[in-house]
Amino acid sequence: MSDAILTFDHVEKSFFGVRVLKGISLDVPRGKVLGLVGENGAGKSTLMNLMGGVHAPDRGQMLLNGAPYAPRTPSDANAAGIAFIHQELNLFTNLSIAENIFIDGFPRLRWLPMLDRSHMRARTKQYLEAVELHVSPDTLVEKLSPGERQLVEIAKALSFDARIIIFDEPTTSLTARETERLFRLIERLRSDGASIVYISHILPDVMRLADEIAVLRDGELVAHGDKEAFTINRMIALMVGRAIEQLYPPRRSAPTTTPVLEVQDISQQGIVEAITFTLHKGEILGVFGLMGSGRSELARILFGLDEHARGEIRVAGKPYTRPSARRSIDAGMAFVTENRREEGLLMDIAIAENIGLVALPRYAAATVTAVNERRYFTEITDVAASLAIKGGELRQQAVKTLSGGNQQKAVIAKWLLDKPAVLIIDEPTRGVDVGAKYEIYSIINDLAAAGTGVLFISSELEELMGVCDRMLVMSNGEIQATFSRDEFEKERILRAAFRENAA
Amino acid sequence: MMEAEVKEPNRAVTRSQLVATSSARGTVRRVLRKLLLSEYFVLYLSIVYFLALWPFIPRIASPQNLGNIFSNMWPLLAIAIGQTFVLIIAGIDLSQPSIMALVSVIGAALMTSQLDPVLFEKSPLWGIVFTEAGGPLAGAFLAAPVAIMVMLLVGALIGWFNGTAVARLKMPPFMVTLVGMMFFSALAIYLVKSENIIHLPESYVLLGQGQIAFIPYSFFIVGALAIAAQWLLSRTVLGRWFYAVGANVRTATVSGVPVTRVIVTAYILSGVFAAIGAVFYSARLAAGRPTLGATLLLDVVGATVIGGTSLFGGKGKIMWTVFGVLFFVLLDNSLNLLNLSYFWVQIVKGSVILLAAALDVARTRLLARG
Ligand SMILES: Nc1ncnc2c1ncn2[C@@H]1O[C@H](COP(=O)(O)OP(=O)(O)OP(=O)(O)O)[C@@H](O)[C@H]1O
Ligand SMILES: [Mg+2]
Repeated sequence: MSDAILTFDHVEKSFFGVRVLKGISLDVPRGKVLGLVGENGAGKSTLMNLMGGVHAPDRGQMLLNGAPYAPRTPSDANAAGIAFIHQELNLFTNLSIAENIFIDGFPRLRWLPMLDRSHMRARTKQYLEAVELHVSPDTLVEKLSPGERQLVEIAKALSFDARIIIFDEPTTSLTARETERLFRLIERLRSDGASIVYISHILPDVMRLADEIAVLRDGELVAHGDKEAFTINRMIALMVGRAIEQLYPPRRSAPTTTPVLEVQDISQQGIVEAITFTLHKGEILGVFGLMGSGRSELARILFGLDEHARGEIRVAGKPYTRPSARRSIDAGMAFVTENRREEGLLMDIAIAENIGLVALPRYAAATVTAVNERRYFTEITDVAASLAIKGGELRQQAVKTLSGGNQQKAVIAKWLLDKPAVLIIDEPTRGVDVGAKYEIYSIINDLAAAGTGVLFISSELEELMGVCDRMLVMSNGEIQATFSRDEFEKERILRAAFRENAA
Repeated sequence: MMEAEVKEPNRAVTRSQLVATSSARGTVRRVLRKLLLSEYFVLYLSIVYFLALWPFIPRIASPQNLGNIFSNMWPLLAIAIGQTFVLIIAGIDLSQPSIMALVSVIGAALMTSQLDPVLFEKSPLWGIVFTEAGGPLAGAFLAAPVAIMVMLLVGALIGWFNGTAVARLKMPPFMVTLVGMMFFSALAIYLVKSENIIHLPESYVLLGQGQIAFIPYSFFIVGALAIAAQWLLSRTVLGRWFYAVGANVRTATVSGVPVTRVIVTAYILSGVFAAIGAVFYSARLAAGRPTLGATLLLDVVGATVIGGTSLFGGKGKIMWTVFGVLFFVLLDNSLNLLNLSYFWVQIVKGSVILLAAALDVARTRLLARG
């Protein structure tokens, strides 16, 4: 293999006595894209955290351009020319783009303790042009879409002239167009001589971008070589340690015709328009749409988190007015939100308490009486085990210490302590590895078999086609078409999704 | 399928040498780290501080001074417990001292058995609530318990008001309670024209001054309340909701936590605990004082935060607050023994709080590094 810009030399890392990296030696090739893949919790982010100065290795060392490299903080790493675009973005949303880019060292006016704003603005403008983001440097980051925020992170990497740029699952919240733009940008960075590490669970993307591929399993490097030596199936087999025959579990039950969720003419100005559909007991109903088509907004309205101006919702036949999250839960609804860090989890709180939060009142006679902890923790442990949540002592460790995929499972777990009658699940497989995806589909199947009606929102058409009984296609806040399983056909569905106005 | 795969050839390492030299220093670092991250860190800090001062101020360990330190802790702790609840839900209650002033005045106005007309004739309450012959409860059999109930109720009411403004009107807690602080302390002064109300019933005064085997009543009452508060936080549904709301309101909302109710409850508890503190302080003074607690804000917030309860919410324990209060009372006591002026005392206290904040950041960073 080629010349290495950075070398991991038998690095080890443990958390709370659990070995997460078990002596990894790996060369990061210079001027190329290294694709890094592995199951959730395999240690990909942890390995990159060593390089990015977030954690220090317990054993072993790193060499940068042949010299020992031991960053103590992320700014050390930046100073050494290493940029880490994290799985969860790290920008200050209340500051402007320019301020974010210069946050680690604001340029000052020569004799005054004041910021040199015009210099900041001019430099930022230049970086933004380089990443093809055409907005003013003064724009507040909170006004930007996830894809645009990521471009800001990349612009920031350019600002300190990063020679190595790490992308940790960069596409999870990007639209198809933004993803395409990102890929072009990565290819350009590489041709400019930067070395890239690209982590993703979307293996076709890795195949497309990477020059070399490295596979981690359980904290060990199980394979590393040129892309040509890999196929997607081989990567999967290496990641999970066995071959996976199917991507989607077989359905073992059929939907009934008993309605559990009836939605009649739900409308809200500028968000959704005249949404009408019925979800049946035991049915998996997909909702497909591009980002911004109104699918997540619809879910929020149905669950009572956002207002609606008109229309009627019935759960299990009962009309249900003045919705609120608590009333929805009491009526038997569950809502796995798409955004786990902001709305799904309490990042600093223990894994077990996160899983228990929704069903909590059930374990005590009143809000100010003692929780039956034995029952509470037993049931939480059972759910965690049934979803195979890996990587932590449930009652001690904060949920943020879980790997991304296991965090996602924790979000699902919190809704399963009470068997829901209606499960609304929004992008549940984002950032989740192939094996865990299969497990999540199986969980959805099992719930449907037990009578739950599932509203499955996703922007991955393949998975909806693989799992659903029926599919609604949304665009512009309206339902454009409904397809039953025997009508599933990629072309037709996509055409409906791209339609601008109702036919 | 293919199993065993390419492993990089072993590289010759200088690792063994590295490990050997760093092991001794490593042990020291590990112990320090463990101390810093320990729940009992502030308790250790207090003990070290005490022992360090002992040679210089021998008086600090005299039985009488130790008794002082001990009995000074409990009224302050009562107030700090209330603050702990509010900090856990990511709020802050700056109005606590003003609540103390107002309820101490109201309670005393109800109970007093004699007022000097020269001092109180101008009070808006003169002739309506009290006269020369004292307040409406003057000499009544249950004067003290009834007045205390009223005091707690007023504390709860102000807390409810704060909580409602924060939770329903979405006003920043800092603003709401800052305005509350100015308003209610001004009200307390206005009601009694800056005068202290004395001649309180003996049973009330006893609450602040009485002891059982040299242990003040406040210890038993506040101690029991502290245990109850910790139980509430760690064992009940409501307690878990406090942490959830403080850690992430949006997640809590989606998960069906009644966020508004939780926030209002925290502020009510803060008001009630401030009122409880006021009962002890004013009983000890044997007076209702319109400036009661005016200097306590720094102590309360400082003690709670030094204990380890986070200003950002989602994290806190009553036990930590107990340690924080111990540390503050000790600090206060030692500075008094050194005969420092009020200004120096404030300067030193301020620096200590700053130091505590820095330590908190260091601890958080250590924790994050795993
Ligand atoms: N700060 C931490 N404290 C405790 N455990 C941690 C910490 N960071 C990571 N871990 C554990 O280390 C293991 C590897 O995590 P890591 O985030 O590296 O996985 P990953 O390969 O990036 O997975 P994913 O694809 O899900 O993001 C997991 O079991 C995780 O729980
Ligand atoms: Mg990761």
